[in-house]
Amino acid sequence: MIYKLQFVDLLPYWDVLARGLVFTIVLTCVSTAAGVAVGTCGASARAFGPRWLAGVVAAYVEIIRNTPFIVQLFFVYFGLPTLGLKLTEAEAAFLAMTINLGAYSTEIIRAGIEATPKGLIEAGVSLAMTRMQVLRHVVLKPAFQKTWPALASQIIIVMLGSSVVSQISAEDLTYAANFIQSRNFRAFEAYFVVALAYLLLAITARALLRGLGARLFPGARS
Amino acid sequence: MTDFSVWVIFSNLLLATRWTIALSLIAFVAGGVVGLALLFARMSKFRPLAKFVALYIEFFQGTPLLMQLFMLFFGVALFGVEISPWTAASLALTFWTSAFLAEIWRGCVESVPRGQWEAGSSVALSYMEQMRYVILPQAMRIAVPPTVGFSVQVIKGTALASIIGFVELTRAGTMLNNATFRPFLVYSLVGLIYFCLCYPLSFAAKRLERRLNAAR
Repeated sequence: MIYKLQFVDLLPYWDVLARGLVFTIVLTCVSTAAGVAVGTCGASARAFGPRWLAGVVAAYVEIIRNTPFIVQLFFVYFGLPTLGLKLTEAEAAFLAMTINLGAYSTEIIRAGIEATPKGLIEAGVSLAMTRMQVLRHVVLKPAFQKTWPALASQIIIVMLGSSVVSQISAEDLTYAANFIQSRNFRAFEAYFVVALAYLLLAITARALLRGLGARLFPGARS
Repeated sequence: MTDFSVWVIFSNLLLATRWTIALSLIAFVAGGVVGLALLFARMSKFRPLAKFVALYIEFFQGTPLLMQLFMLFFGVALFGVEISPWTAASLALTFWTSAFLAEIWRGCVESVPRGQWEAGSSVALSYMEQMRYVILPQAMRIAVPPTVGFSVQVIKGTALASIIGFVELTRAGTMLNNATFRPFLVYSLVGLIYFCLCYPLSFAAKRLERRLNAAR
């Protein structure tokens, strides 16, 4: 017997899919902003902070980069409540994604910071810029410019990784696919359509981030 | 309810780690073989083939690994074939790994200067001979650090196999958590074991990369 694919059966569930899509987009945007902020602080602390702080940040980065996202998510969602921190599914998803992206972007931005020649910082200081001004204009901006492509692809990886949050019943795109296939048993169709949605999201995000990079850093290569 | 000591939890997790390691090895080795084939196809002069492989890579890099697992697990069942979580996880991870490795290796091959190809053809080597004797030996040196680095992603990727019911480290953690209600402890231990598996590889990748950069 040859199975006939029936994509029409997905149509009644378009609202579930739309809600999942919006959730995934919002989750990605919010945790990207928060994660890159964490990464900026982390990278600055690692490069210029006191010894102990740099050590703490390094440990954070290595722990997150060497454990699977799903374990981090379970730890946040199931583990933290035993310490008294109760989180909803969406909050746990957001927190886990921020922690995850924070570690990766710390490492990426740090590479950019390390590439800053010492002379540039000294030049900034000799122009009577404050430490914060040097950090912002002389160190961080070129660091972001240099590492933007790496940062952009990490953001997309994190967005694709967000499909795992369906496992704590956060209602994202993957959750929508699970929901639909549990109702109409069109598993392959549901997952195929959602996979294509992710693919489109990834392609769109890549184009948007490239455009944003060109906007933020005019005159930069690529 | 029976009491679980920390040691009982830990030893059970360690037993399940076998399957994480086995699945990682299968995915990495099979993914490497398929990835190498994809690399040649991607760089072939036969345009439609190169285009097809580019699409394959785009698909597997642009969709979540979890979706690939689900599609394989449920998609194969449509043909009336029972597929075990073992097979589904191995296949999905192999496809996923091959796509990434092919792309990583292509970057390495392309980073070999064009002059090397030209030098090869000027001494009348065929395309395959140029690859075999001139390009690949150089590209392989460059490819070692990112390949080792990617193996960490493969190990972490196997954690998703838990979702389709394959009992490896993460799944064992979930089961133990359900039995003991000590999520903080269980997931800390699970994280620790993954860390012990992954960190040496990450460290090696970093060291190898530094050494390669120093040599040039």
